[in-house]
Amino acid sequence: MSTIFGIPAPALYGQILIGLINGSFYALLSLGLAVIFGLLRVINFAHGAQYMLGAFAAYGLLNYAGIGYWPSLVLAPLIVGAVAIIIERTMLSRLYGLDPLYGLLLTFGLALIFEGVFRYWFGTSGKPYAPPPQLTGAFNLGFMFLPIYRGWVVVASLVICLGTWLLIEKTRLGAYLRAATENATLVQAFGVNVPRLLTLTYGLGAALAALAGVLAAPIYQVSPLMGTNLIIIVFAVVVVGGMGSILGAIVTGYVLGILEGLTKVFYPEASSIVIFVVMALVLLVRPAGLFGREA
Amino acid sequence: MSDALLDIRALNAWYGESHVLHGVDLHIREGETVTLLGRNGAGKTTTLRAIMGILRRREGTIRLRGQDLLAMPLHKVAQAGLGYVPEERGIFASLSVEENLTLPPKVAEGGMSIEEIYRLFPNLHERRHSQGTKLSGGEQQMLAIARVLRTGARVILLDEPTEGLAPVIVQRIGDVLVALKKRGLTILLVEQNFRFARKVADRFYLMEDGRMVNSFPAQELDAHMEELTSVLGV
Amino acid sequence: MTVQSQPLQKQEGIQIPIKALAALALVGLLAAPFAVYPVLLMSVLCFALFACAFNLLIGYVGLLSFGHATFFGGAAYFTAHAVKVWGWDPLAGILLGALGAAALGLVVGFLAIRRQGIYFAMITLALGQMFAFICLQVPFTHGEDGIQGVPRGRLLGLIDLNEPLAMYYVTLAIFLFGYFAVWRIVNSPFGNILKAIRENERRAISLGYRVDRYKLGAFVMSAALAGLAGGTKAIVFQFATLTDVQWQMSGEVILMTLLGGIGTLIGPVVGAAFVIALQNYLASSDFPVTVLIGVIFVVCVLVFRRGIAGEVLEFLRQKKNRSLPS
Repeated sequence: MSTIFGIPAPALYGQILIGLINGSFYALLSLGLAVIFGLLRVINFAHGAQYMLGAFAAYGLLNYAGIGYWPSLVLAPLIVGAVAIIIERTMLSRLYGLDPLYGLLLTFGLALIFEGVFRYWFGTSGKPYAPPPQLTGAFNLGFMFLPIYRGWVVVASLVICLGTWLLIEKTRLGAYLRAATENATLVQAFGVNVPRLLTLTYGLGAALAALAGVLAAPIYQVSPLMGTNLIIIVFAVVVVGGMGSILGAIVTGYVLGILEGLTKVFYPEASSIVIFVVMALVLLVRPAGLFGREA
Repeated sequence: MSDALLDIRALNAWYGESHVLHGVDLHIREGETVTLLGRNGAGKTTTLRAIMGILRRREGTIRLRGQDLLAMPLHKVAQAGLGYVPEERGIFASLSVEENLTLPPKVAEGGMSIEEIYRLFPNLHERRHSQGTKLSGGEQQMLAIARVLRTGARVILLDEPTEGLAPVIVQRIGDVLVALKKRGLTILLVEQNFRFARKVADRFYLMEDGRMVNSFPAQELDAHMEELTSVLGV
Repeated sequence: MTVQSQPLQKQEGIQIPIKALAALALVGLLAAPFAVYPVLLMSVLCFALFACAFNLLIGYVGLLSFGHATFFGGAAYFTAHAVKVWGWDPLAGILLGALGAAALGLVVGFLAIRRQGIYFAMITLALGQMFAFICLQVPFTHGEDGIQGVPRGRLLGLIDLNEPLAMYYVTLAIFLFGYFAVWRIVNSPFGNILKAIRENERRAISLGYRVDRYKLGAFVMSAALAGLAGGTKAIVFQFATLTDVQWQMSGEVILMTLLGGIGTLIGPVVGAAFVIALQNYLASSDFPVTVLIGVIFVVCVLVFRRGIAGEVLEFLRQKKNRSLPS
């Protein structure tokens, strides 16, 4: 067995894979946060709860409606997106003229409600969710075994990130979004229904989080606590990447995930805080973030 | 004026607690080019914003073809056929020139096609893939006007299009406005530069401290020169 | 965030017999332990001080710190360790806690102040989480168990803090000291500069003020006072655990301040009393308190932004305006 820096190669590649997977979720979630923040100027603390709701939606669809993984990939985001749209219409939209901190506090309160309710109903232990039969098993790559589902998660997240980026950069809707991020009033003065755009964007961001939740269910198990601790790490990712660019959010997510995985190999005790340490360093050297456009 | 296309009566408006427009009356017939003159801070931009509905706290009457605009949300006012070219031009940095041009959705038939616009503004065609804000000031002004022309809006609100531009560009903009007039568009032009405005305007309104103080047809401009210089402070 | 920028007496249109009310409150506080369970009161006092410290930042500087539990819980650990393991006098232990919190505040503040507004909040949250992780792993905190069995000791070798009344009056004294400290900071030249920074930071910079230094100074003071509360809490309840440093605790103090009234001096105290009483009332039932806290957050942010004290002040102001000749 070969070793790299004294670590057996399979163990190293295994950790890099785990890092890549974590990074996939960091990228997906910080992408959703960046999209919402860019247009609505709201830090969606409920993002972690929406991720959790997506996983639970998949769990519920399977166990109470007999609906499997593949349809859940579409249904769960739709359900969570619908709930998010209701939240935006009834509550979030009232706060747009105010200090953005109120938006953070509102979504924080919502996160507490969601987590509390689900914890009350389901307890704190994780519920199992099996990957679909088409994705079970593993490939033997020679230097390591690659579980198919995990490979799928990485590929799917890359596709979703790329798709979202294309939507924003190359489509008319994306042009509306980019322009409204700069000057929402002017876009509205051209006849674009910006309030509806805001609602849809929040729904889209929440749906992205829910989609990540469905992807996560077979790997991390479905638990009411799965969202909140994750979202704080994603906040750190976002501070490192800077809120200015979608691409920045995606790249930073993957890079920090891999970094976390590598740290687990070489210095395990630090792996849970390495992202925060990077955040501290970035704050010292480049406060606006690596890709940030706002100082 | 009962045959006015755009009819504004007793318009009062507030920025927060500050009362900025006092009983403004303004009437524009179809096909007219009307210029609103006044010095900095007189309330000209505020009037445009109040008509559009960007400034929400208003009282009075704003009618387009008899349709009440006051109660409408901002995007519906644009859809009713009002095109807005703001003072700061509002070119989006995260969009290319062509994306900026095609951003405002079509609100009516009869707008210029992209080919027509590129014929009228050839340098926009050249730079169409550049980032919007990489254009010069004059080109950005052209872009700001051009994108509204594509929408089919028949009433254009133009806020100080010549501000800060070189004389040769100002000339060019004047030519564009004449061409628009020929197409039958109705134009409400806000300007401090009345020498430019007199080339295209049919009528003038004079504004001071949020109030209309006078209005007269273009032929009478010279007769009112004394009042103009005192109100405009030039 | 809207804030009362002036001392209560100078507020236009509000007639409050401040001195009379303060005297009444003091009498009430002194007599309270004979009517209400002292431990509950001490809990309120500790958290009220914590909330006042937090409010100094959000109400008067405009900075939302989402990781204030770091200072509260960190101090609790420092004090607990000093008193239990090193055998220090409780007062010395509490002071150590406050100083330790101030040091933490210096580090966190230095990093966080480099950004503003929303980013500041996110950074404090992330750093708070990082601190919580560190607390989990560092040996002296005893991880999941926490530091238990912290002796109350004898204050200055004289007062036996195991007596509930003695502990209560000492806690009250510490609370009043902290409350007075906040009052003094807010109504001082330093406090006026902070308010100027909150109102218009650019103008303050153009006037030559080293704005970052003022912000950092306020942050450290707030951390120190939060630490004072945390250290006291460690002595009163005789333990320090991970709960004290987690984000839920940071969220709770935000709620107390928001509910009580951001930017009023008395608001955080009212909010703390309310939340502690509520938690106490619900402790025996299996009602999910988190959900209720979330609901209160949502309701406050949507329709009750001034908080209890803020609404009362606004009501008094309206009453005065209505009785004025128009």
